[in-house]
Amino acid sequence: MKTVIKVENISKEYRLGEVGTGTISRDINGWWAKVRGKENPNLKINLANTGKPQASHHQALSNVSFDVNEGDVLGIIGKNGAGKSTILKILSRVTTPTEGLFKVKGRIASLLEVGTGFHPELTGRENIYLNGAILGMRKNEITSKFDEIVDFSGVEKFIDTPVKRYSSGMYVRLAFAVAAHLEPEILVVDEVLAVGDIAFQNKCMGKMSEVSKNGRTILFVSHNMQAMSHLCTRGILLQNGLVTYDGTIQESIKKYLSSSIDTTGPTYDLSETRDRKGTGILRFTKLEIYSNNELCNNFIIGEEMELRLTVKATQAMRNLSIAIHIYRFDEIKLANIENIDSDFRIDSIEGEAVYSIKFKNLNFYPESYKLGFWIASTDSQETHDHLTVCAEFNMMEGAPQVKRKLLKSGGSVYLTPDWKKIK
Amino acid sequence: MDKSNEEWTLIVKPKSNWLDLHLKDLWHYRDLVMLFVKRDFVSAYKQTILGPLWYIIQPILTAIMYSVIFGTIANIATPLPKFLFYLSSITMWNYFSESLNKTSNTFISNAQIFGKVYFPRLTVPLSIIISNLITFSIQLFVFIVVLIYYHFNKDASIAPNNHLFLLPVLILIMAGTGLGVGIIISSLTTKYRDLRFLIAFGVQLLMFATPVIYPLSSVTGLKRAVILANPLSSVIETFRYAFTGVGGCHWHYLAYSFGFMVVVLVIGILLFNKVEKSFMDTV
Repeated sequence: MKTVIKVENISKEYRLGEVGTGTISRDINGWWAKVRGKENPNLKINLANTGKPQASHHQALSNVSFDVNEGDVLGIIGKNGAGKSTILKILSRVTTPTEGLFKVKGRIASLLEVGTGFHPELTGRENIYLNGAILGMRKNEITSKFDEIVDFSGVEKFIDTPVKRYSSGMYVRLAFAVAAHLEPEILVVDEVLAVGDIAFQNKCMGKMSEVSKNGRTILFVSHNMQAMSHLCTRGILLQNGLVTYDGTIQESIKKYLSSSIDTTGPTYDLSETRDRKGTGILRFTKLEIYSNNELCNNFIIGEEMELRLTVKATQAMRNLSIAIHIYRFDEIKLANIENIDSDFRIDSIEGEAVYSIKFKNLNFYPESYKLGFWIASTDSQETHDHLTVCAEFNMMEGAPQVKRKLLKSGGSVYLTPDWKKIK
Repeated sequence: MDKSNEEWTLIVKPKSNWLDLHLKDLWHYRDLVMLFVKRDFVSAYKQTILGPLWYIIQPILTAIMYSVIFGTIANIATPLPKFLFYLSSITMWNYFSESLNKTSNTFISNAQIFGKVYFPRLTVPLSIIISNLITFSIQLFVFIVVLIYYHFNKDASIAPNNHLFLLPVLILIMAGTGLGVGIIISSLTTKYRDLRFLIAFGVQLLMFATPVIYPLSSVTGLKRAVILANPLSSVIETFRYAFTGVGGCHWHYLAYSFGFMVVVLVIGILLFNKVEKSFMDTV
């Protein structure tokens, strides 16, 4: 595999507040003081010019290193202010790093905004040429793709009208069409797909995946996790200017989404829970939630969830039933699962017992869900312990097999029956 | 340097060599320069009734204005018919002042585009110089037409001479000096906005220190020395001399102007190149 981009220890620092001293006179003033060996009257401001980290500095990126191989579609994920745009700006050569360096093999084109350099007075045709040239295309390249671009944009009728008369949708479509027909070896794309109507967005996504399938290397930033998980093959998670994860896109998305979810868990000490019913002979004392054998209560559709439930008995009990209740975020009960459903018998509990309950192929819509537990004697139906809502887990976006956006309002359970046309 | 470094097409470091000019990049983007020129032309007079006629009207109106104010009211003696004299000065001077005014704004007025996409920034001032050259050509043509008119109908003593062959050099000096000074100022304005206000004032002041509204021959002594220290003076004088035979051409002054242009242009390009890499953080 050929490495086409090598980023080595890139840091980027921004000065906060006023940049420099702003006026020549004050700079000369400071310089003159230095010449005479006196203290600079603007010292406090000028300290900011030495490049050393000060309180007045913001470290947008610190020591970021990664390699991109040929054909990679790399998604860069992070919260606002994590440094995503800064890294794209550096790679696009709009600005330089404060420290570190990067190396590139091949032509790199960046798309941080659609329609950069569009001139309102010029016609669509003229703007295609201008914008294409700004993005690095030669004139004959644009000419050879001109029809394709116009076709993709769907504004044939207005191609000789000044773009200032265009609707904003037409404008954006034309702009994206030009960008989509760039053919550099490496393409850097910021959140520009979120333009136009749904139909056009799908068209853009289609174009992007087509480009990526041609073996082109793409660096992509978006907040649309579904799009990211479809397009990208690799992911990098940025947090406060640091690369905190570099690996598969699914794992990056998961780490990103779980870092932004503010929930309890994944271990719960249930022994102290007050809100409970039952005789108390048997008590749930501990719950641990595992995902892929790691403590974690954030999942995407298709993953396996394992609950490890500890039950303590003050005296030995026989013939028991345990139920697990799954609630929606608004505490509407979605499922009541008993051990007997899975042909599992609990003959007796003495002292302490730990049960592992595995849910394969979790299929809830992205949302947070709550858990409740219940234990009772099978024969007498006497409840020993009942915890209504005592734990939670989260379903997150970004499952690779999900082809559409799952809205909370659209449902709770994601089912994929077999479809067949029989008549 | 180890071997693996050789195959990289681009290496970006925080601090780069002053001489690392990426001129090859500029060549790749030559189409962009021409498209910028076209954009400036097409957009300049859209939605105007007279359109490109303004390129002709502007210098003529200015020349009339100068004839009235400086020639008639201030009564400055000119060795040529007033209108012709002022038109000759304005044609050449405008090329310089327009180039300077527009290039000196390169970074500030293009910050929006520069912040979003990389292309060699020098394409912008270059395109300005070229589009002004086209304007200049049109105005030069107007000047020649007026010159012929005066020659045949007004019997003015006009003697175009072989110094006309110097015209490309004169244009080169004006273009180079305008570009050089312009990009130096545009590089500095990323940090010192004060210069923006100074430039309009400065260009006007410079015009008075150049034999635009008066012939060089009318100035003597120390004042003459000061005016000749201005590298633009000999260009204007030579231009007028070549077309009309009035004034004079001094080779050493012209050589001085040429040398000045080269120095300013080199400093400008180096400074511009240094600033363009990180100006987004300070502009």
